[in-house]
Amino acid sequence: MRSWTFFLSALAVGLALFALSLGLGQSYLFFAGYVVLQYVVLATAWNILGGYCGYVNFGSAAFFALGAYSSVALHKLGSNIDRYASGLTADILHALLPMPVPAMVLAGGLVAGVIGLGMGYLTLRLRGVFFAIATLAMAVVLQTLVINWNFVGGSRGAYVIRPDKVELGSLSLSYVEYLCLVMLLLAVTALTVARLIERSRLGYGFATIRDDELAAEAAGVPTLRLKLVATTVSGALMGMAGAPLPYYLGYVEPTATFGLPYAVNSIAMPMIGGTTTWAGPLIGAVLLGSLQQIATVTISSAVNLLLVGLLLVVFVVLAPKGIVGLVLDRQRARVEPARGKA
Amino acid sequence: MGIPIDLLLNAIVAGLLLGGFYAAVTVGISISFGMLDVVNIAHPAFIILGSYVAYILNATFGVDPILCALVALPAFYLLGAVVYQLYYVAFERRGQEALRGLAFFFGLLFITEVALILVFGVDYRYVQAPYIGPTWRIGFVDLPLRMLVPCVVSLLLVAALQVVLTRTFIGRAIQAVAQDQMALQLMAANPVRIKRIAFAMSIATAALAGAFLIIIQPVEPSVGREYIGRVFAICVLGGMGSLPGTVIAAILLGVVESFTATFYGPSWAPAVAFGFLLATLAIRPAGILGR
Repeated sequence: MRSWTFFLSALAVGLALFALSLGLGQSYLFFAGYVVLQYVVLATAWNILGGYCGYVNFGSAAFFALGAYSSVALHKLGSNIDRYASGLTADILHALLPMPVPAMVLAGGLVAGVIGLGMGYLTLRLRGVFFAIATLAMAVVLQTLVINWNFVGGSRGAYVIRPDKVELGSLSLSYVEYLCLVMLLLAVTALTVARLIERSRLGYGFATIRDDELAAEAAGVPTLRLKLVATTVSGALMGMAGAPLPYYLGYVEPTATFGLPYAVNSIAMPMIGGTTTWAGPLIGAVLLGSLQQIATVTISSAVNLLLVGLLLVVFVVLAPKGIVGLVLDRQRARVEPARGKA
Repeated sequence: MGIPIDLLLNAIVAGLLLGGFYAAVTVGISISFGMLDVVNIAHPAFIILGSYVAYILNATFGVDPILCALVALPAFYLLGAVVYQLYYVAFERRGQEALRGLAFFFGLLFITEVALILVFGVDYRYVQAPYIGPTWRIGFVDLPLRMLVPCVVSLLLVAALQVVLTRTFIGRAIQAVAQDQMALQLMAANPVRIKRIAFAMSIATAALAGAFLIIIQPVEPSVGREYIGRVFAICVLGGMGSLPGTVIAAILLGVVESFTATFYGPSWAPAVAFGFLLATLAIRPAGILGR
């Protein structure tokens, strides 16, 4: 299947589900759906670097928060332009702001992508383990910067007032439904990008890095450049996933936005689904994301985090190839005895 | 610049004391990550576990927290042996330690933290001991005992470990594993057994480090996260697995952090440690006393 066909058919499936949920008229479905879709984007983004290249990123939450906070900064700037700028700058800003959410998503992606590139440039020359530790370090540095940055609310957090309804052509959507639609588009885009990478020269290059970086380097694969592409794309997608968050919650503060649950989920979901294909993170995110939504409502939010941690450890120990790997192994087992008889 | 001399001196002394404590926190990582190449990012979580053990024993029996830690040492040693065995069977033997081993320890960190939150809640816990509170004053320099006692005991701990590593048979075997595992196998020694002992020792130090932590400051389950960056920064800066290097790096970080907290405000202190780590990784990944 060509990428465009894939993109359009995935979008068609997503829109059909969206229309179905609209028909059911359950607004909670959109609240939960937004979170699950957001995790699809995060898990896919993590997998581009972690699954394809084999470099573990513990700082997903930081990239995610960068997206969220770039939205907050743009929002704050948009509502107080005349306090911070004058003359021509103010005119330009008045023309640009307030931005619609999709534009915020692009802005968040840009910021996180640039940081991802810088981060990769600093640390990717080192062994994989150091990269992993450095991402953890970067998350805390960025969190401290945001806590001390009063413009976006510092440690008190920031409120973002969102409109009640959005008119798209003749369709009138509540704001959460609108955000869910934006996230749906983003998730489909992320999956298409991951699938495109997987089947291109880039993806084969990534796989050589994962399997044996030294041999890849010796064979002439430009490993550093490929890894920088991976951190940038992965970081940008995570930033995009975070950008609508302030509008979804109405309030963001650093501790929760930079929280460990985002980092753990974006690692656990691809690991549980399977890290070598685009389908793995999707399966993991939908399963684990829905499970968490159910557990949060029925049990408690602390227990659902424990569940994620336990599942991660169990899968990593017992089923290192994830659900996709289990299914593929079973298929192969079914095919091979048949071949043996013939 | 008119920095008052007493403020400066106090910042230096506070940093030295803090650095001594950081040495105890890091020494476990220096063994597991520096020598054995096991990237135990869950180490800070074991330290917090140590803090809670000290808290429970102190709250119910009124035992001195450091004594509690000594009592808990064998239990932590066993825990470490079990974790290493699991890690070995699931990852190291299959040669998958890079990606999945990291995820495993990350999961362990997360599970410990959430489990502690479920049991104890997110309230800050603290211990009672006669040396928490009083402060010695020498001239205009303050020596709070709650910092001084952990610092001294921690330096003793590192010194003892250094003696064990350089003077005893098992210690030398651990260093041999760090240098060349294959050669050790040729000497008919079992590297897995030696690594298990070393890893168990590294987790055992977490019991003491945890007790020091809860003496120095009240503890809640997510405090451990702040230490992930610190311990790895110190370990890398100290040259991966060199205990004297670890002490030097720990004291350096302690002093820099104390200066930042004194002159720019405590909310910037965590960024210092991590910034330090990023700079070390970017400029000199081999560390101060690196091989």
